[in-house]
Amino acid sequence: MSGNMNINLKVWRQKNGKSQGKLVDYKVEGVSPDMSFLEMFDVLNDRLVSEGKDEPIAFDHDCREGICGMCSMYINGRPHGPNQGVTTCQLHMRSFKDGDTIVVEPWRAAAFPVIKDLAVNRSAFDRIIASGGFISVNTGNAQDANSLPIAKDNADEAFAAAACIGCGACVAACKNSSAMLFVSAKVSQLALLPQGDPERNTRVLNMVAQMDTEGFGACTNTGACSAECPKEISLTNIARLNREYFAAQLGSDRS
Amino acid sequence: MNWITKMFSSSLGQKLIMALTGLFLCSFLIIHMVGNLQLFKHDAGLAFNKYAVFMTTNPLIKTTSYLLYAAILFHAFKGIALVFQNKKARPVKYQAFDGKANSHWSSRNMGVLGTIILVFVVVHMSNFWAEYKFGHVPYTRYTENIQTGEIQSDYMPADFTMNSKMEEQSEGLMKVTIVKDLFRSVELGFKELWLVALYIIAMAALSFHLYHGFKSAFQTMGLNHKKYNGAINFIGIGVFAILIPIGFAAMPLYFFIK
Ligand code: SF4
Ligand code: FES
Repeated sequence: MSGNMNINLKVWRQKNGKSQGKLVDYKVEGVSPDMSFLEMFDVLNDRLVSEGKDEPIAFDHDCREGICGMCSMYINGRPHGPNQGVTTCQLHMRSFKDGDTIVVEPWRAAAFPVIKDLAVNRSAFDRIIASGGFISVNTGNAQDANSLPIAKDNADEAFAAAACIGCGACVAACKNSSAMLFVSAKVSQLALLPQGDPERNTRVLNMVAQMDTEGFGACTNTGACSAECPKEISLTNIARLNREYFAAQLGSDRS
Repeated sequence: MNWITKMFSSSLGQKLIMALTGLFLCSFLIIHMVGNLQLFKHDAGLAFNKYAVFMTTNPLIKTTSYLLYAAILFHAFKGIALVFQNKKARPVKYQAFDGKANSHWSSRNMGVLGTIILVFVVVHMSNFWAEYKFGHVPYTRYTENIQTGEIQSDYMPADFTMNSKMEEQSEGLMKVTIVKDLFRSVELGFKELWLVALYIIAMAALSFHLYHGFKSAFQTMGLNHKKYNGAINFIGIGVFAILIPIGFAAMPLYFFIK
């Protein structure tokens, strides 16, 4: 087919969490520019399976439409590759040139241990959510949606924060492997709405404590997280997280 | 753990320490800069030497200066500790890491920049501060004509010493001041090429450090607001990343060329 490309991949291969990994070279030929990055991996894996010499490459994916947050490849030094505001599954091969060499690595963080090859364990995020990223609701009939007035600005900002898909690219991009952008998005989305208010102090205190326990680094405000976030979560959320945290420490009964 | 230790040992609290001590040090830079502008006066160093006496004897300033030394130590050692702590959060490095694609160089090199500044502070303080406080800084006698403002300066003999740092006497139209001559130490010190070079390198490091550090401190304190961001950026870049480092670098250069 005309216009198809040959790509030189260097992919991180690692049998399991305990073994040593290394970059392995693969040549993928006849890649259509319209393929997604993951489809190129499907092609390569098909070939590896049929050749039977090498195990297929393990990588995470689910929806393949940019909404689940499962795909997680660190491509040429950047999470989710070179484009802005897209996940790996929404990255297409037309963003690369024929003959390009592409280095693909897993997210790197002590809190995200490698399971196999490019798949990492992001349960740390789940534990942070479980520690406070929710609201408690009584059972019974739902009240009328319009009975709770919410300022449009707040609703918009809460919605923008709620767009976080929990992919972990912020952690992967950050030189400190900090999870601040993720935690700030989750804290903000609830702090901005009346439903989140009753638990706001315990929420932020518990989520920050859990974040620190998981071994994520401290935020040094480089901004790499927001620049690489597929949902373009804003740094103002991190400032809000700081405010919420210090307000809860200094101004509430809890600690 | 009580809530205060809990707050300051959390990752956010440690950053708050960095932000507060950092901004305190920034406020000192302004005072230091304004005071040291007297080095450029054509009075053989009289105003500067008087200022040095004031800064080291006024009780309020002395107390503040101890706070300042504590802040320098806190900021430096907490900063170094945080660098290592943050490195631990990524035990396996990336083979390909494209930092410049998503962040400013200075934001990724605060530790290195800070270390250069720390080395500078040690050299700077042992050259002037410790010399003034513990070493032997010779005295100079200034004779000032109150009417014409003419100043004549004479070095006192090297072994001359007295109980105070400064003594002033009026004889008719003449005002005689004998004072520890820190100005001369500055003048002599900045004839050394290596020292001038160190100062200029350190001020470049300071510029990049504050380019990120000033606005980062506000973000850490939770102050990221579209009504104030303009002012924070303007002061952070205009004053702290440009004016202050250039002003400080101009001092050794001036004496080196003079
Ligand atoms: S903040 Fe952005 S990069 Fe981080 S987990 Fe959420 S969507 Fe992914
Ligand atoms: S696979 Fe769901 S976001 Fe990429």
